[in-house]
This record gives sequence, C-alpha cells and structure tokens, in this order.
Amino acid sequence: MSESVVGSTDLSDKSARVALMSGVDEVPGAAKPDPILTVDKVVRQFGGITAVDVGHLEVQRGIITALIGPNGAGKTTFFNLITGFDKPSSGAAWTFNGQAINRTSASRVARAGMVRTFQLTKALNRMTVLDNMMLGAPGQSGERILTSWLQPIWSRQEREIREKALGLLDRFKLLEKKDDFAGSLSGGQRKLLEMARSLMTDPTMIMLDEPMAGVNPALTQSLLGHIEALRDDGMTVLFVEHDMHVVRHISDWVVVMAEGKIVAEGTASSVMAQDAVIDAYLGAHHDTDLGDDSLLEDDQFAAIEAEAESEGKS
Amino acid sequence: MFDKKKSETATAQEEEVAALGVAADLSETAAAVTAAAGGEVGGPMLSDRAREIAGYVAWAIAAAILLIMVLAFFGVEMGWTTELGNSMLDQALDPQTAAVAVAVIGLNIHFGYTGLLNMGQAGFMLLGAYGFAISIVEGVPLVFAILIGLAASGLFAVVLGVPTLKLRGDYLAIVTISAAEIVRYVGRATAFNEHTGGPQGIEGQDFRGPVTDLSFFGSGNLDVGSLDYILTGANSWWMRAVAWSVVALCVVVVWLLVRSPWGRLLRGVREDEDAIRSLGKNVFAVKMQALVLGGLFGAIAGMLYVLPSSVVPDSIGRTLTFYCWTALLLGGAATVFGPVLGSILFFVVRILVTGIADNTVPDSYLNTQQAGQFGWIVIGVALMLLVIFRPQGVLGDKRELRFNV
Repeated sequence: MSESVVGSTDLSDKSARVALMSGVDEVPGAAKPDPILTVDKVVRQFGGITAVDVGHLEVQRGIITALIGPNGAGKTTFFNLITGFDKPSSGAAWTFNGQAINRTSASRVARAGMVRTFQLTKALNRMTVLDNMMLGAPGQSGERILTSWLQPIWSRQEREIREKALGLLDRFKLLEKKDDFAGSLSGGQRKLLEMARSLMTDPTMIMLDEPMAGVNPALTQSLLGHIEALRDDGMTVLFVEHDMHVVRHISDWVVVMAEGKIVAEGTASSVMAQDAVIDAYLGAHHDTDLGDDSLLEDDQFAAIEAEAESEGKS
Repeated sequence: MFDKKKSETATAQEEEVAALGVAADLSETAAAVTAAAGGEVGGPMLSDRAREIAGYVAWAIAAAILLIMVLAFFGVEMGWTTELGNSMLDQALDPQTAAVAVAVIGLNIHFGYTGLLNMGQAGFMLLGAYGFAISIVEGVPLVFAILIGLAASGLFAVVLGVPTLKLRGDYLAIVTISAAEIVRYVGRATAFNEHTGGPQGIEGQDFRGPVTDLSFFGSGNLDVGSLDYILTGANSWWMRAVAWSVVALCVVVVWLLVRSPWGRLLRGVREDEDAIRSLGKNVFAVKMQALVLGGLFGAIAGMLYVLPSSVVPDSIGRTLTFYCWTALLLGGAATVFGPVLGSILFFVVRILVTGIADNTVPDSYLNTQQAGQFGWIVIGVALMLLVIFRPQGVLGDKRELRFNV
C-alpha cells in the first residue's frame, strides 16, 4: 500500500531498501551505509540500576527502524536520552546529521530536525486542534514577545502556517475537528494529532514512542500508512513498538534492546529468529505450552527442573 | 482599606424584620453566593433544572446590583438601599479597585495563560510601590521613578524565576509566597526606617505630588449624580481617571499579546511543557517572559494602589494576593476582561452581602462588625462554590476547563 503514496526517493521502493540493508552485518552496533544518527556510550543509571547502557548504535537514513524489546528494556529511557529529555549519567557522545547533539536541550534537538512523540500522548488539551498544529511551526516571528503585539509582522507568516496546518490535518483526517479542543478527541485521534503536529516542524527524523499503543485495529492500519508515507517522503523514522505484526509489517530494520543493552540488530524476519531475541522476549521456555496438562505430570516436571538446574550452573 | 464603607452602611436605617424576614434574607444571601459564583452554576452535582434556575437567579442578582447602583446614582430615595447603592458605586470606581484589577491582569498572565502559580503578587506590587515612592521622595523625576519601580519588580521576577522555572509548578508557588513575605518584612523592618518608613510606611502626600501636578482637571469639586469627589488630590476624579485609564491600557496590551502566536505559546506551555519542548521551543524563556511581564503589571498595580493612600507594607500582604486570586477565578482566568470584571465584582458583591446582612438582620443577631465578618465568610464560601461549580469563572470558556487532565 505504501508504494502508491507520494515519494520520489529511491528508498520508497522496497527492493531498494532491502538491497541497501542487505550489506549490513546483523550484529549489535553494526555500521550503516549512511547513518543519520550515531550514538556512542550512552549510559543512564537510576540509583544502582543501569537503565540504559548502549555502546554504539547507528540509524540508517531514509528507512524505518524499529526499536523493540521487552518491558523495562530501557527503550523509552533511551528515547528520552537521545532527544534531550533526560541526561546521561556519564559522558556520552552522539551526532545527528553530522551535528553533535549530546548535552543539548530537548528544544535544540527538535530544532536540529529530530522530533519525537510521546508514549502517553501529549495533546494540548485545552487548545483547539488547529492551535495545537500551529504551535508546531518553527520560526514564527510572532512567538517573540517583542514583536508579538505587532500583527502585521507575523500575520502573513501565520497565514502560511495555517495553510500548512490545514493541509496536514486533511492528510491525517482531522480537518473537521480543527476547531474542537484537543481534549475532546479520542485516544487514537490524539495520536494522529501528535504525529501531524510533529510534522509541522519539518523534521528530518521522527521518533515515535509506541505510536500504536491503545489504538484500535482500523486506526492502526491508517497509522501504518501514515508512517510509511513519512518514509516515502524521505524522512527517517525510528519507532518503539510492542506489536510484532506492526514491526514485521513496516520496519526495514529492527534493533532489539534488553536490560538496557542492544542485543541484536537485523531485518525483521531474521532478528525474530535470533536466540538472543527470543530469550530476551520470551524466556527460555517460550515454546512450551503452559496450558498443556502433560507438562504437569511428574516426569515432565522433573525434566524441566533438571534443565533449570543445569542452566543455573552454567 | 476596603472596610471604610462599613461605617457608612452601619448608619443606614435599621429595619425591623420578623423571623420570616430573616429567612428571606438567608435565601437572598444564598442567591448572592450564586451570583458571586458567576451566575450559571453548573457541574455534574446539579441537575440541568437546578442549573437553569441558578442561572436565572444569578442574572436577577446582577440586574438588581446594577439597578440599585443606577437608582442610587440618580439619587432616588430608597432608604438604606440607596446608601448601599452609593457604597457599591463608590467601590466599583475606586482607584484601588482599579489597582487590584491591574494586579489581577498580571496574575492572569501568570496563571491564566501560562499556568504559573504565583502566590506572591502582593510582593511584586509592594516592590513596585516602594521603588516608585522612594524614588519620588528622593527627588527622581516621575518617569524615572516609574521605571525604577518596574525594574525592581522585573528583577524580583528574574531572581525568583531562575531557580524555580525549571522545576515543577508548585515550587514557584512556595518561593513566591515566601519571597513576597520577605519583601514585606524587609519593608517594615525599622533598620530601613529612613527610606521605607518602617511599619508606618511612606505617607501618600510625600510622593503623590508629581502625579497630581499632571492633572488638568483644575481644583474644586465635581458631583456627577450621587458621586461627589474633589477634582485633583488623593481621593479625586483625577486619581480615578488615571487608574482606570491604566486599566484600559493594560487590557489592550494583554489583548494584543494573547491573540498573537506568543500568546498561543503561553497557553501551550500551560497545557504541556514537554510537548512544547519537543516542538523545539525554549520553554524556560517563555515562562520567564511571562513571569516578568506579569510582575511588571504587578508593579504598576502597586503604584496605583498606593497613590490615593500610602505605602504601608502590611496592607500589601498575603491577604491582597488572595483577593487577587479570588477576583481572577471569579472573573475567569485566561480571558482578557475577566480580571477587570472579577475585581469589580469581588469588592461590590462583598459590600452588597455585608450591607444586606447589616440592614436586614437585627443587631441582636448580627451587629455591624459581625456583618462585615459575615461578608468575608460569604466570600470564602462563594470562592469554594465557584471552584466546584464554575471553575471557568464568569467570562471563561467552559470547554477550557472541562478537559483538565
């Protein structure tokens, strides 16, 4: 479905993307042909717990990269760190688009072209949908206090921003809601609004934190379409997701985190077959059916115990 | 300051009322509460029918207030009601009511638009008043004295903002309320008696001169309807003209600012700082601008407040901050005219409640002094009802508070 959507770059063609990534080693921290984001030695500790400890990660430009991992793997913390919403515990270095963005504020990261959404949607509830959108526009001179009271200075720019916002609302099917307060939207519509709002900043890379959480299947389909359209427009997408079907469906590359570290990288199909991933996600006994009564029989139970013991020793 | 009408209402002729009359008064007071609560009382606790009735009652009360004031203005003889109407009218036009309105306009920038919990607006007012009054006493020209007052308050805002604006909102509330108290205590400390006059403060006549000298109203009296003031002086037409012109100017400035993209940014910060940050805006700078701007309005309010009277630190304390908050919630936060309407209503309704209670309930139940206290109790209850049933105030947008997640 994505292939029919707007897009002129060669990366809108699936085979081109496959060819691009086929040369990359499927190991954690693998080098990419053209990384837009390079992260080195990011460590974040909460007291004694190391939430994130990423040695090296590169994110390829122009494709959709999924960041997956079990609960508590540190995905959101990692997101917060690289977008400037959290500070690493020790000296780290990462560059975005050739520009160092470690030790800068969240707003500077966003201005550099890396914009994010939130796991718990942050719609500006007591403002209209259109106001939400127009706040996303960068460089509005009327947002400076000294010039704000002079309408002629900013009114033309405001009209352009408004046009752009209406266009995006139309694309995200929120146009008829433009005068409603954002707080009156449904959860899924808020996700759409947040995504549309982030596009107002003209980002080069968009980071989506669990875009599908709490969204009904029909809307999931349209959200997927939107994300693929972003890629086809030439944007780089990095997203955190739990739903494996979603990951398999749209991601060109998958990075797996577990216990704060990156444990695997690769294409969706290959990464899901790797032992490290299966263990991290499902534990060692993922393929035993817990509803199977035969498991409860004594000899089976003894066998599992023996296996557990031998694992404990090794 | 605002209790000066108490004695006037006390002299109003007493009426003998039976027990039935007392009951009638109680229901009337309840209606006044409804009016103070902003008319149309709403919320999930009341049925639509009750809400509708409360709405009519509130409009009736508002109409009654206006009618009493107009009749009193034209000198129609109605017994104690005329006295009451005159008191309300006088209070509504009082320069100090205008001063509070300006302070509330500043607080509205802080809380209504930006979501900053400033619990020390009186501190900003006091600094503005001191900066202005001391400068004039020291012989600084008027314009520079005003600028010094503004600078003192602006600096205060920056000092308070730097450590707290990166933290959660409650910290600003704690810091502002204590800083305002520090300002008041420093002001009344005898160590600086030479400049601040200590607890007695600075006499109005010591700094009022340059402002009254500007008057082109001439001298003598002017009575318009029941209103009779001197043309130029402390409690004069000139002071009223200056104070309310400043209010009008402030309203225009706020209107220009909040309709702009900067105003939108303020509301965005109020809703969710992180979301605004993720869109590449410098949230700290925006909050600082709002804090300083609201503080400057506070400084102007402080200067207006002391002009007709004197700089007494204890009269610009916590209580005044809370009056400002009540007036803001009453009129409607995040509206342009809400602060002005709220300030006028706040003082007028209190006089109404006190006046009715004093004149209808026999002295054996409620004497004049107790009626004054009763007025404050009603204001307190009204504030609670307001926050519960009509959080958006009289003019606020209902939707703007409905989705308060």
